[in-house]
Order: sequence, then structure tokens, then C-alpha cells
Amino acid sequence: MSANAHGPSEALKGLVRRQYFWGIVAIALLLLVNLIKDPGYLAVSIGSSGNLVGNVIDILRAAAPIILIAVGMCLVVATGGIDLSVGSVMVVAGAVSMEFLKGAPDTVGSGLAAIGLVVVVSAALGAVNGALVSVVGLQPFISTLVIMLAGRGLAKVITGGQNTSATNETFRWIANGYVLGLPVVFLLALLLAVAMGLLVRRSALGLMLEAIGMDAKAARLAGVNRRALLFTVYILGGVLAGFAGVFATASVMTVDVSRTGYQLELDAILAVVIGGTSLAGGKFNITGAVVGAILIATLDKTVVFLGVSSSATPAFKAVVIVVLCLLQSERVRRMFRQRRAAGAARPAEREVVAA
Amino acid sequence: MSALTTHPTAEPTGVRALAKRLSLHLDTLPTAAAVVIFIGMIVYGEAAYGRIVQFNTLSNLLINNAHLVILTVGLTFVILTGGIDLSVGAVIAFSSVAGVMLMNAGWNPWLAMLLMVLIGTAFGAASGVLVQYFHVQPFIATLAMMFLGRGLASILSTVPERLADDSPLRSLGTQIEIYDGPKVDDIVITPGVIIAAIVVAAAFFVLHRTRTGRTVYAIGGSEQSAALMGLPVAATKMWVYIISGTLSGLAAVVYTARLGSAQNITGIGWELDAIAATVIGGTLLTGGAGFVLGSVVGALVLGLMNVLITRDGGIPPEATTIITGGILLVFVLLQRAVLARRRE
Repeated sequence: MSANAHGPSEALKGLVRRQYFWGIVAIALLLLVNLIKDPGYLAVSIGSSGNLVGNVIDILRAAAPIILIAVGMCLVVATGGIDLSVGSVMVVAGAVSMEFLKGAPDTVGSGLAAIGLVVVVSAALGAVNGALVSVVGLQPFISTLVIMLAGRGLAKVITGGQNTSATNETFRWIANGYVLGLPVVFLLALLLAVAMGLLVRRSALGLMLEAIGMDAKAARLAGVNRRALLFTVYILGGVLAGFAGVFATASVMTVDVSRTGYQLELDAILAVVIGGTSLAGGKFNITGAVVGAILIATLDKTVVFLGVSSSATPAFKAVVIVVLCLLQSERVRRMFRQRRAAGAARPAEREVVAA
Repeated sequence: MSALTTHPTAEPTGVRALAKRLSLHLDTLPTAAAVVIFIGMIVYGEAAYGRIVQFNTLSNLLINNAHLVILTVGLTFVILTGGIDLSVGAVIAFSSVAGVMLMNAGWNPWLAMLLMVLIGTAFGAASGVLVQYFHVQPFIATLAMMFLGRGLASILSTVPERLADDSPLRSLGTQIEIYDGPKVDDIVITPGVIIAAIVVAAAFFVLHRTRTGRTVYAIGGSEQSAALMGLPVAATKMWVYIISGTLSGLAAVVYTARLGSAQNITGIGWELDAIAATVIGGTLLTGGAGFVLGSVVGALVLGLMNVLITRDGGIPPEATTIITGGILLVFVLLQRAVLARRRE
């Protein structure tokens, strides 16, 4: 995803044209707001055990699960689908791992076994979505809606309606540990995001996903195996959401069956849209999704920092997503284009940049 | 707009009419299935647990599900056009919390009740504008409304808001005894049930006897064809979301009247119940075919399922959403099978 730029000014111009540039601007603005309220907000100090400590590090830590579900959602949206079940897959993953660790010894082995179990369970849930979408041919939102609503019930059945907690140092380290002074969760999330990005962009996979999203029929005629790809994408989305669930529960080593992952579908969709991926499908931008996820984590922290109840944040996010959807809509774009065309004095500057 | 009006062609009479009606009934297969399931559940419940087929239980079934019936009717309109409304549960949460808080703050209760309904209307109108004029996918637009409603309700309050004991809103939940049976086996209804019945009757009339209703079906069949025929597609699509929103507001009034309190977590997952009820009742998720009376049966099937789960005691109540989701899936698959057969 390199901009075809020749100089630093060209590179900057290319960056400004990318939609996620505005995500970065928004992050900077939010941090500025916090900085005005507390001049020491951005300070990062070295904690007692040599780790970086500070609000920014907290934001990165909070962004980790969102990055994962956003990357998964990004790929699903590229095919023209949607995955509303990510939040519920997270809570099921948390419930499974906590129930397993509750009875297991506090060893590295059982921590890894719990993660393996999470991968299996979340891949199974993703496979249900994938099968319903690709084999049965249901609309993506209805199949994933069923998992979204039934998944939370499933988590409650797994834990017997309780908020199960457990102890396991390995598992806890994932969420609370540090490597090179940075939180493990963030590094892991970034690593997975980069791996996914390389996987889809260095192979034809990304192109084929976009082909399905643009025109499923044309893609089939071009020899793209739609069924297998959709299946893969929903399973990937499920597994990434499962990891996100591990991240979310491991920090407190408790699964809250009614709150873990609750309404995180919107966070994922929002991150994807902020990153410049159109919900209509056909194109995607993983870097953008990561920027979007960090923006959402910053927004969450800012809202709480400014003293608004955290349960009210969905309202703010809903407003943001409505605005973004409006900006993506043809009607508003036409309005802007007309205004720009009327005021365009230097049309030569608006050359087309190959994306 | 060209004033194209559709005149129904002359109906064939006699045996041929009957045959034609029966052949049309392939559409009604899921509805018939829902009725069969409902009867089957009653028979099974009576045989396994007893005390199902009696006035008391059936009255309570209606009273406890009046709000769901109202929701389902609203959703039937939206789904018939091929859209979806995921915001109904959250609209109920915001509307009921706002209404109860205003009443407790000394507002005229009737005015507050009107406002509760209008809150629903506003949410519906917002979804409608997003869907129709900005071409946002229905589920994204209404998902945003869902989070907005839930977030606004949480801003207002995160604890149960209790309605004053002498509030007139409670009068909508008072039980009226119609027939005095032996012991407590009476036929009882509440004004909420009457409201639900009126809503169902009005919806039936609008959908099957008015131009708006035919347009709703036409849009679901093929939006493009409907537009080419000169039907008011844009206005009707706005209307279905407004109807669904308004009925969510009304359902909030009925539910709050029965419960006597409101909370920001009220109605989580009710969108699944309402969608499931509509689909069980035979409305195609892709739009264009369905029956509002079938949706009522669908709502009652879900209500009866809850009664049976409670009576059984062996199934954890947490599993209800899994079962509802499962039933929804089965019916969606059934619809696809029927549609696939019809295409052949």
C-alpha cells in the first residue's frame, strides 16, 4: 500500500488524499482536547518495572481488541457482507476460556490450551456464519444477527449465567504484560493486523475478495471461488474476534457475560468506515481500519476522561457513523462535487491518484 | 408524478376462483406452518404440563405479549418492503425511560405518553431518511439508531425508573375481567391488549385494503418495477420506517404500563424476537410476501415458547435466545426452500 509518490511533498499529498488521514487528524484533535483539560495527559513515564506508563499506552492497550475485530470486519465488508456477530463471538471466547481455566492448573500449558480452545470455538462460530452466507446464500446481516443475539445466550449458558473468573499467569500476561516497554496486547494486535495485511495484499486474495464485493457474478465468471473465499473470510473474522475476546477478558481475568464485547460490532463497523472502506463492498483498507480502531479507543478514553458515563458512548458513536454514512452517500457527494466544481479555479491540480 | 391508478381486474368466480386462491397459497405455507406449530405447542404443553388450554393462561399470553405483537406488526411493514429495523428494542428503552422520567418530573402523563410514541416516530423518520434519501443500507441505518437509542437511554438513567403508583399510565395495564370463570380461570384483558388488537386490525386494513398497502408489497416484490409503475416508492419507504418507529413507541407505552418501570436495558434482543415472529408468521425476509395476521401468530408462538420453557424448568432461561435464533434460522431456510421450489 505504498503511495506512488516521488518527494516528501508528494508523499504528504498522497497521505492527505487517503481517508484515514482524517482519522489521524481526529485522533490528534481528541488528544488535544484531553491535553487542554490536563496538560500532562500525553506524558509517558517509565514505570517501576521498566515499562512505559501513561494515558497513550492505555489507549493503545484498549485499541488492541478493536484492531482485531476491525481487521476481520474489513475483510468481510470487502466481500460486500457484514459480520454483526463479532461482539458475541468475543463473549463466547471469553466464557469458554474462563470456564476452561477455572478448573485448569495455573501453567503455561493450560493458558495455551485455553487459547487453542478459543480458536476452535470462534472458528466454529465463524464457520456457521460462513456456511449460512456462502452455502445457503442467506443475507450476511441476518445470519450474523442470529449469531449476535444467540451468541450472548450461548455465553450465558456456558457460564451458567455467572460472571466467571479464573487465574492463569500466562493468560493474564497477554493482556497485562509488556515487551520492549509496550503492552503485549497492542503488539500482538499489530502483528496480526500486519500479517493479515501482508497475506491479502501480497497475494491475490485481497483482489479476489474485492472482486466478490464488486460483482459476485463477474467474479464467478472470472474463476474466483466465491464459496470457499466467503467461508474463509467469515472464519477469519470469527477467529480474530475470538482473540479480541481473549484480550478483553484476560486483562481482568473475568468474563462479564452481559458486557464483554457488548455493542462492539458498531466499533468494528465504525473503524472500518473511518478507514475508508465502503460498506457497499468492493474495496478495503486494513491500515485505515487500524487507524479507525485507534481513533475509537481514543474516543472511548476521551469521553470517560471528560466525565461522561461510559454507557453513553454508543450514542456518540452512532452519531459519528451516521455522519460517515452520509458522507459516503452519493447524494451528499454530488452536493460537494457541485460546490467544488463551482469554486474550482485550478482544475489541473485535481489529478487522479492511482489508489 | 403521473397519476397512475391501479384498478383490480375482475375476479374470476366459482370453482376457478377457489382453485386460483388455493394455488396462491404456496405463499402461505410458512404461515400455515406457524399455525400448526402454535396448535402443536398448545397440545404438547397441555399434555406435558397441563393448565395450558384455559382462559387464564391464554389471557396472560395475550397480556404479556401485547407489546411484542405491536412491535411485530411494525416490523412486518418494514420487512415486506425488503428492509429491516434493528432499532425497535433500543427505541423502546429510550422512549420508556424518557417517558417515565418526565412523568415523575411532573409532566402531564397523557402528554408524556404522546411524547413516548412521538420519540418512536422520530427514530423511524431518521431511519427512513437515511435509507431512502441517502441510500444507507437499512440494517446499518437502523443499527446506528439502535446504538443511538440505547446510548441516549443510558445518558438519561442507568437504574430502573419506577412509575408512581397512581400514574394514569398504569391504568393501561389494569386487568379487566370480561368473563368470570371458576376460581381464577377468567378471561382477562388489559387496555394494552385492546390497543394491540386495534393496531393489528388497522395494519390488516392498510396492508390488504389500501393503495399504500399494495405499494408496500410491490416495493418488496421489485422496487424498480414499483417505481416504473409510478407507485410512490420513496414516500412509502419513508412511511414503513415511520410506522415501525411509531409502533415501537406505542409498544413502549404498553410495556411500561404493564411493568410499571423502565430501564435503559429494557428490550435488549427484542429486535430478534420481533424479526423471528415476523418470519415465523410467513413474511419473506426478502420482502414482497407475508401476512400481518401470520406475524401475530408468530409473536404468540414465541410467547407460548417462553411459557413452556418456564413450565418445564429444565431449560435455563438464558437458552431462550438460542432457541429463538434457531427457530428463526429454520424458518429462513424453509422460506428459501419454498422459494427455490417455486422458481423451478
